[in-house]
Amino acid sequence: MSRESVASLEAVYRRDGRRIFATLVRLLGSFERAEEAEHDAFIAAAEQWPRDGVPANPVAWLVSVGRFKAIDRLRRDARFTSIDEDAETIEKIPDPSPRHDEQETIEDDRLRLIFTCCHPSLSEEARIALTLREVCGLATEEIASAFLTTPSTLAQRIVRAKAKIRDARIPYEVPEPDQFAPRLESVLRVIYLVFNEGYSASSGELALRLDLAAEAIRLGWLLVRLCPAAEVRGLLALMLLHHGRRRARTDAAGDLVPLEEQDRTLWDARELGIGRAMALDALRTSGHGAYALQAAIVAVHSEAATAAETDWAQIAGLYDRLLQCEPSPVVALNRAVAIAMRDGPEAGLAQIEPMLNQAPLATYHLMHAAHADLCRRAGRIADARASYARALDLARQEPERRFLRRRLAELRA
Amino acid sequence: MRFMVLVKATNESEAGVMPSAELLTAMGRFNEELAKAGILDSGGGLKPSSHGVRVRFSGSARTVTDGPFAETKELVAGFWIWNVGSLEEAIEWVRRCPNPMTSDSDIEIRPLFEMEDFGEALTPETRTLHEDAFASARNR
Repeated sequence: MSRESVASLEAVYRRDGRRIFATLVRLLGSFERAEEAEHDAFIAAAEQWPRDGVPANPVAWLVSVGRFKAIDRLRRDARFTSIDEDAETIEKIPDPSPRHDEQETIEDDRLRLIFTCCHPSLSEEARIALTLREVCGLATEEIASAFLTTPSTLAQRIVRAKAKIRDARIPYEVPEPDQFAPRLESVLRVIYLVFNEGYSASSGELALRLDLAAEAIRLGWLLVRLCPAAEVRGLLALMLLHHGRRRARTDAAGDLVPLEEQDRTLWDARELGIGRAMALDALRTSGHGAYALQAAIVAVHSEAATAAETDWAQIAGLYDRLLQCEPSPVVALNRAVAIAMRDGPEAGLAQIEPMLNQAPLATYHLMHAAHADLCRRAGRIADARASYARALDLARQEPERRFLRRRLAELRA
Repeated sequence: MRFMVLVKATNESEAGVMPSAELLTAMGRFNEELAKAGILDSGGGLKPSSHGVRVRFSGSARTVTDGPFAETKELVAGFWIWNVGSLEEAIEWVRRCPNPMTSDSDIEIRPLFEMEDFGEALTPETRTLHEDAFASARNR
């Protein structure tokens, strides 16, 4: 095979493989058939392109060949199964002949694929697995190792999700305007869960695990391109702003470094720059919500050259708005911390102490860690010790536990 | 990845209409943001094509033609070179660019070839030649 056609076939696969798959799912109405058809189309290309040259529009060529191969396969299978059923399926396969809006349709196919994989009637686990497998094109083994599960468990999860899509007749479409916002929320949630899964892994584990955070950011960019709503950009901004600080987030031993102690020269100026810009844009756009507000908060942090220069007044104000938009105990806790930084530890304690023994935060280690921290700053050392100990009891992640032990030891010294 | 971001010309820019004080300030702020994000390599505004010339190549012959040139929308009125992570990132930055023109206009984003893109036509020796030339120009 000539080197050029191998190189271009690989390039098409890398750049457009998922687009081709998404279009084939629409044309063939099934994930499995689309997967086989795509495979067949690339095999055909590997045979024909070196001989006949690379077609002018490789994506359209592969889609069209994939569709024909699927029809062939159905005809072949029809000899062994009920003919009527398959003939009907073949008849229903639309012709992807080029239309004036072809580009738009193909782009929509990717959005359809994302919305289908993140359909709310699938479990959250299934949504994540399906999105990484079908939208990102990751191997089942890669996803399994990233989520510390076995490939067979994960494969089963994906098979069950696909069966559910088929049996529940979940449509392959971008939701109608009246359904769009809640469905988009489900998509954003899946992306953010993938990001957090990658982000919360300690650096030691991370070396062995697929970079889920980077994968989530890639998904974010794709979604911004397909659907530039305020919250889509807000989420991408939020992920970029967290990701841009990853090198400063843990020390050489893998221990967490709190924001105020991070070496800010390790922050990635490029990622933080674009993240800040997008956060600001999102905040100025109507329809923004919790993601854009969270991004704006991180953006304000990222703007300060030193922790002492942080604009806490602005952050506390943003938390006020976030709490209105998403009245969750965790947001209330973070707001209290921001108020403490703006008005002093006593003001923060006045916010936190009523929440201390109330569900669900009573068993949340970060609540007790925050309480301990404010007590320490207010000079209430015994209370600080008690709360650090309580936080240590509740914390599960080793780097966090090491951090809390260190704080306790400092107070004893 | 490096990108050239081209501000395309308009009738006004070709007529020599100068940018307003507001636009100059806004552009200055935008450039400051690009620099802070560490992506700004270089850039500048171009005088109208009436100030320029074209040198036509035909085999060994060279013919010089004075501006202005027709096909205004294909002309360039300004440019940047940015070093960003992806085309998508470049698009996001361009979105934030202050509108450079009073009439409708385009900004075009074009990726630069990296050394790897040239394949085997670029021998290691030639590659070193290119890299050294640019490195010494930068250090001057």
